[in-house]
Amino acid sequence: MAPEMGKKSPGSDVTGLNLTETELTLGLPGENRNSRSGNKRGFSETVDKIFGDDKSDEAKSPTAKKAQVVGWPPVRSLRKNIILMKSCKYVKVAVDGAPYLRKVDLEMYNSYQQLLGALEDLFSCFTIRDYLERKLMDSVSGSEYVPHVRGQRLVTGMLVGDVPWKMFVESCKRLRLMKSSEANGLEPRTPSKCSSTS
Amino acid sequence: MNYFPEEVLEHVFDFLKSHRDRNAVSLVCKSWYRVERFSRERVFIGNCYAINPDRLIERFPRLRSLTLKGKPHFADFNLVPHDWGGFVYPWIDAMAKRGVNLEELRLKRMVVSDEGLELLSRSFVNFKSLILVSCEGFTTDGLAAIASNCRFLRELDLQENEVEDHRGQWLSCFPDSCTSLVSLNFACLKGEVNLAALERLMARSCNLRSLKLNHAVPLDTLQKILAQAPQLVDLGTGSFVSDPDSETFRRLRTAIQKCASIKSLSGFLEVAPCCLPAIYPICLNLTTLNLSYAQGIHGSELIKLIRHCGKLQRLWILDCIGDKGLGVVASTCKELQELRVFPSDLHGDGHAAVTEEGLVAISAGCPKLHSLLYFCQQMTNAALITVAKNCPNFTRFRLCIINPTIPDPVTMQPLDEGFGAIVQSCKGLRRLSLSGLLTDQVFLYIGMYAEQLEMLSVAFAGDSDKGMLCVLNGCKKLKKLEIMDSPFGNLALLTDVGKYETMRSLWMSSCEVTLGGCKTLAKKMPRLNVEIINEGDQMEATPDDDRQKVEKMYLYRSLVGARRDAPDFVWTL
Repeated sequence: MAPEMGKKSPGSDVTGLNLTETELTLGLPGENRNSRSGNKRGFSETVDKIFGDDKSDEAKSPTAKKAQVVGWPPVRSLRKNIILMKSCKYVKVAVDGAPYLRKVDLEMYNSYQQLLGALEDLFSCFTIRDYLERKLMDSVSGSEYVPHVRGQRLVTGMLVGDVPWKMFVESCKRLRLMKSSEANGLEPRTPSKCSSTS
Repeated sequence: MNYFPEEVLEHVFDFLKSHRDRNAVSLVCKSWYRVERFSRERVFIGNCYAINPDRLIERFPRLRSLTLKGKPHFADFNLVPHDWGGFVYPWIDAMAKRGVNLEELRLKRMVVSDEGLELLSRSFVNFKSLILVSCEGFTTDGLAAIASNCRFLRELDLQENEVEDHRGQWLSCFPDSCTSLVSLNFACLKGEVNLAALERLMARSCNLRSLKLNHAVPLDTLQKILAQAPQLVDLGTGSFVSDPDSETFRRLRTAIQKCASIKSLSGFLEVAPCCLPAIYPICLNLTTLNLSYAQGIHGSELIKLIRHCGKLQRLWILDCIGDKGLGVVASTCKELQELRVFPSDLHGDGHAAVTEEGLVAISAGCPKLHSLLYFCQQMTNAALITVAKNCPNFTRFRLCIINPTIPDPVTMQPLDEGFGAIVQSCKGLRRLSLSGLLTDQVFLYIGMYAEQLEMLSVAFAGDSDKGMLCVLNGCKKLKKLEIMDSPFGNLALLTDVGKYETMRSLWMSSCEVTLGGCKTLAKKMPRLNVEIINEGDQMEATPDDDRQKVEKMYLYRSLVGARRDAPDFVWTL
């Protein structure tokens, strides 16, 4: 991928075209161009979250920032690696109609709502947003995207929302957003909501 | 005292096993010194830079077993750059050249090279035991040399080292004639091992008592090994994953049931919870259980397991056991002496897996508890006071509240009173690690009451120099003091400079100490090595600006002056 070009490329002023939209940048289509490039956003946010460095947490006491120092908490690298490997619960997310997969860290969210909100951010392309909005608005009509989760052992199709959040996080291996009509092909227990397999 | 012939003295000294006793005895008079030094076979050196190999060999010509420690303790938490030092090669080289009959080498936090291991393996005909703890710098090639050349090797114990794995055949390098192995621990190796070679080695090692496998050894191999080694006392499993309905698993259960001697169990580097019941039959014999690497086991499963372990003396576990699980430990493990609860989550704000409740329950149920390492999200003064009352026998008390500078959540007070209660009640306390919100007051208590304290770890604590001064002043037996991110400066550092010659070492990082203060100290105390670790060339530009704060300082007493192997970023003042 070409490196990010300057905001004002020599050509843009002359022709009067707004070339920013078509600028080549690091990042996947649909990603906010102002977001940090090159970082695994999920992971660094996790780290920030641990140590309260989130922009939203600036109100916190300055001592919370101290925790970001090397050497704290006093856990050996060997153990830290194991812990971090475990507590970053990355799952691939595939959205029907989107040409790419993304990864989300399920550990970063506390509820299905938060997860859906994050997915909305991630897949902010025009087409996806459309479907997601429809999901949020028309939750009764049934014509919506339903998250579909596939787990390690493909036992049954379970509907997301039937399962308590924590259990979902532990068992979920892969996430797929698909149209509700497809989801009905798997265990249609409650026709409305979501589906998952574990 | 001169009326005893030296042989009698020597015979009496034979009964002295601890190096402290031997050190004390050697100070009595010249003749005792002489008898002691010629009869000492085991030497412990707590700081490899306090003395040099030549003087060691000079004084103790009958040296057979050497223990060396290198880097400061905070190196465990990435505070010390990799090439800081602690090289063992010069020691091996000197001993080889001077014909020391080395049989045992134990190293902690040292840099070990393949060349060193190769030299070791070739130089000492009777070499029997190699124990490496938290070391680095070597590869499996070095292990191959040890395996190939040490004909009478009894013990190869690798604990939590960083080993570069060349996926070689080091295990196959043990010759067929090698049947002397008593203890083999390679749990920290990351790579594959030749399973067939391992099985053959196990089959011919009929003296094997302790075996710790790495994650690459599957359950099937474990089953085969156990079937042939029912005499094992200490077992560390590798991967403990299998289909519970399989033949392999059935065979494993049978094999385990015959292992009536296993007292210590560890490993489970990869574990399926459904396989755990296989070990229930041996649980009631266990005195040591280490599940601290066993990720993915739910608290309820841990509880089921613990209920079988009535004789447990030492337990290392993850905090997902929860307060409830610790309650079960408290009611089941009445013989418990040592408990370590490790974090399964580094978030400071996650769900609280264990809290002060778990600790209080343990203290109430386990009267023999004397050693604790406890990671938690919160602690209260009230709980600590209760713990202090229940367990006055603590010798080691290390509490790590993951969120630093967090106060007692109930009273919003600092934890001074809680820790104060601990030091006041536990008169035999030798090691203490503090955490949470702490003022100078806690140091006042420590200085006043912690008479036997030898090692103190401080982070994010205190208000002023007074805190550190209380400790230096009051703790007469202090040997190691390590401080990070606390507001102690030159006044604290320089008030009692003589104190440091009575200690092994002092570490201060991210404190208020300046370059000028360190220089002053170094000038006053020539028998101290005052080292500044200057990463990122912070001080290169202005080496004469004495007002700049020193990021990392490590000082230690030494009989041999500044070390000559210090890298560029370490300045010995």
